[in-house]
Amino acid sequence: MSASTASTKPTSPVPFDEALTRYEPVLGLEVHVELGTESKMFCACPTAFGAEPNTQVCPVCLALPGTLPVINSIAVESIIRMGLALNCTIVEWCRMARKNYFYPDMPKNYQISQYDEPICVDGYLDVVVPLPDGEGTTTVRVGIERVHLEEDTGKLTHAGGATGRIHGADYSLVDYNRAGIPLVEIVTKPITDTGALAPAVAKAYVAELRDIMRGLGVSDVKMEEGSLRCDANVSLNRPGDEWGTRTETKNVNSLRSVERAVRSEIERQAGVLDAGGRITQETRHFHEDTGVTTPGRSKEQAEDYRYFPEPDLVPIAPDAAWVEQLRATIPEQPSIRRARLAQDWGIGAFEMESLVNAGVLQLVETSVEEGVEPDAARKWWAGELLRVANERGVEPQDLPVAPGDIKRVEELIAAGTINDKLARSVFDGIISGEGDADAVVAARGLTVVSDDSALLAAIEQALVDQPDVAEKIRGGKVAAAGAIVGAVMKATRGQADAGKVRTLLLDHLGVAEG
Amino acid sequence: MPTSPIDADLIRQSATVLAAAIAAGEVSSREVVQAHLDRIGEVDEAVHAFLHVTAHEALETADTVDAKRAAGDPLGPLAGVPLALKDVLAMRGVPTTCGSRILEGWRPPYDATVVERLRDADVVILGKTNMDEFAMGSSTEHSAFGPTRNPWDLERIPGGSGGGSAAAVAAFEAPLAVGTDTGGSIRQPAAVTGTVGVKPTYGGVSRYGLVALASSLDQAGPCARTVLDAAHLHAVIAGHDPRDSTSIDAAVPDVIAAAQRGDVRGMRVGLVRQLDGEGYAPGVRQRFAEAVEILTHLGAEIVEVDCPHFEYALGAYYLILPSEASSNLARFDGMRYGLRAGDGSDASVESVMSATREAGFGAEVKRRIMLGTYALSSGYYDAYYGQAQKVRTLIRRDFDAAFDKADVLISPTAPTTAFRLGEKLDDPLAMYLNDIATIPVNLAGNAAMSLPIGLSPDDGLPVGLQIMAPAMADDRLYRAGAAVEGALYDRWGHLLIEEAPAL
Repeated sequence: MSASTASTKPTSPVPFDEALTRYEPVLGLEVHVELGTESKMFCACPTAFGAEPNTQVCPVCLALPGTLPVINSIAVESIIRMGLALNCTIVEWCRMARKNYFYPDMPKNYQISQYDEPICVDGYLDVVVPLPDGEGTTTVRVGIERVHLEEDTGKLTHAGGATGRIHGADYSLVDYNRAGIPLVEIVTKPITDTGALAPAVAKAYVAELRDIMRGLGVSDVKMEEGSLRCDANVSLNRPGDEWGTRTETKNVNSLRSVERAVRSEIERQAGVLDAGGRITQETRHFHEDTGVTTPGRSKEQAEDYRYFPEPDLVPIAPDAAWVEQLRATIPEQPSIRRARLAQDWGIGAFEMESLVNAGVLQLVETSVEEGVEPDAARKWWAGELLRVANERGVEPQDLPVAPGDIKRVEELIAAGTINDKLARSVFDGIISGEGDADAVVAARGLTVVSDDSALLAAIEQALVDQPDVAEKIRGGKVAAAGAIVGAVMKATRGQADAGKVRTLLLDHLGVAEG
Repeated sequence: MPTSPIDADLIRQSATVLAAAIAAGEVSSREVVQAHLDRIGEVDEAVHAFLHVTAHEALETADTVDAKRAAGDPLGPLAGVPLALKDVLAMRGVPTTCGSRILEGWRPPYDATVVERLRDADVVILGKTNMDEFAMGSSTEHSAFGPTRNPWDLERIPGGSGGGSAAAVAAFEAPLAVGTDTGGSIRQPAAVTGTVGVKPTYGGVSRYGLVALASSLDQAGPCARTVLDAAHLHAVIAGHDPRDSTSIDAAVPDVIAAAQRGDVRGMRVGLVRQLDGEGYAPGVRQRFAEAVEILTHLGAEIVEVDCPHFEYALGAYYLILPSEASSNLARFDGMRYGLRAGDGSDASVESVMSATREAGFGAEVKRRIMLGTYALSSGYYDAYYGQAQKVRTLIRRDFDAAFDKADVLISPTAPTTAFRLGEKLDDPLAMYLNDIATIPVNLAGNAAMSLPIGLSPDDGLPVGLQIMAPAMADDRLYRAGAAVEGALYDRWGHLLIEEAPAL
């Protein structure tokens, strides 16, 4: 492979903000999503991640001579739903195509994919992009060129050699478990006019796609396991000029990397162009550790894949009525839903993001629908219940807590029967299977001690036990009151209202709140 | 039709007669199978129809059938009858070479659907038959394991690519065989060996386990010595298979009833103007003309039909077939099974793949891979593959129009009788022209049969009649074929194959 002039003459990257003063970036994003179907694209093999190498294979996905593919109808259904969620047109008729090239991770030496007849075309996705310095957000419409169906390849592991790459390896091992897993490729139209927002747009787009796929339930979209992969095409041009030569950056394995890779590539290309160089059309690799891209395969001599319609499969012709049925199953777009809920609940983007990241948005929404106050639903799901779920190593939605339970706990708190601390114990009881909130309160004896005389007795005892603290409070150091309140709470095994104890204590000592 | 007493030579019996005799307990499957294994032992050194004989498994299966019969268990329709399988069909644990060095040592871990159905019908598989490498050829001379010889004249070719299956049936090594037909590989061998061969409607027989040459053209079908035998085998192997997406989900036409009926009264038989005349040997034309007379005599109405685009069929075929083949054969790279050449501690993946394909493929295979790779190349696709697909559509329309006028179409199966070994080996175009009459059917996907209609006065070698029917009207082939066969039997007092010289 001959190195180009551009890469033999190393140039220094131009700082991002400076680069944007001279160049306009054009982005193109290709996202691959591994579908979460039970079985592979063309055979009945399971698709579970992480199995022993070459244990999820059969004659069909190993492409033994004579075997034939049969298309997975669930995969077709999934991609149509994805296309609908991305506002695409679902074509009436299309075919799979063979993409021919020799590579040992591909048992047929061709990949069954789609070429000039993709199943979903011409859609768009509106993504909400945060403006720099927390100045709010802007919505960018990303055009979707096509969404098509294909099969994944196997996985090569290069052994020996220093780099773990194919060059310099002593030998390579191939695992075909992944070969034939259904893959959907989503290709954007060129994304222009985003300027300095380009890296953020790329990140927000991939994040929104991920949320959509999760909402559709078509994929687990885990970037770290490779079930969502993004290739970022970037080019720069001077304002008013034709688009520049693009590079395609692969190995972008996290949302953060999407942003960093685009940013780094803009900086690098600006450096090359500033020095009078030429951008080589090539595939580049992003490195998480250094945050820069390095050249991979050159695409100067574009590979000829000799596409032709796959003769082993019949055309796909989705029935219009079926497509309409599927359209009815498409959930509201995640960003639109989040914006709506945030407004309804009176919270900001940051709070909303933390609910999303905690994976409790749906739980909060359901609880609110069941009559729980939004603040309370958020407090419990993003707080105590999330903590318990993490502690137990389960997903929050797998806790046996119903919205009705939260509602009842809140009622008990409002009535003064329990306080927040006792409420945690109530949830612990519910989760441990001791019955509903009332049953747990009764069984565990969890009622707030609201008898003033009993509390006063406990306060007096605490003051006797800690004379020095009592002295401090009397001397005006109200902050020291906490030690007495703590002792009272301990003495009442938490069944007192801390605020009330504090008020009683200060009244008792005749000290005003500081 | 003949119903010889079963005490006669077992190998000369039809499959229909053998199945009935085995079912009636007049003879055991073991005796029948052993007789055929003995015959293979006697003549196959000369004929070389088989690449691999599964004698042990065949006798075991025969014993199982005999035991089932003794126990009164239900038996399959061809229970205990032996059959030869073209080596392009996967059979669990048995070497499957496709006539190529590149598959050396590969034993499939699975059965083709056709093989499964044969097993379900209690058919006994005798072994795997020789073929042109990956079914590319019309003479079986392109087999990496040496040519098969025509039982009528050992210096002549048995046709191809399924020369092994046709020769096995013609040499009485098996009463039945399975072949595959991509451009005539069942019909042309049948024609030149004086046997019956049928290419069913595309999608009629599952391709699962048939090592693909050209996916959109390949079709497995029966080889036999009588039309009724072919019908019985057709009924066993045909039918929908969910493992083959191109398999037709509809009832198989009743081919057995059609073969038993064997009557063409009122049938409109179309003579295809483009499949006669120039390029067809005089002796072939003479026998064909007689067959037309027989059909008229039997009450068929003869009409002339025009299929103007058939003249482009050969050209389209030699673009579509190599294109698909170049892709289908890409998997033979030494990485997972079969031959691996050029391996060494510092050999790269690319060099091993390249060396394996260089060493493992024969000249004809390489020629077609190169043709196909070129035809699919960027910038040439529209001019070659794209145009060829348009021709294909036009040929399909020609057939549609012809079948508006006629129930079946007829032509000579091949322009000549069996040629001599080596005669066309250095002239690929002359070899390709041998399939001129059979190729249109593969391009259109409909059904066709070849059956013997006599010996050419030119050289005393068999001539075949091709009957073509619309898609999923395979039964018409059997109706017309059995009628012609019956009339000729009445005339000769025997099947044509009985005139073949002793081996």
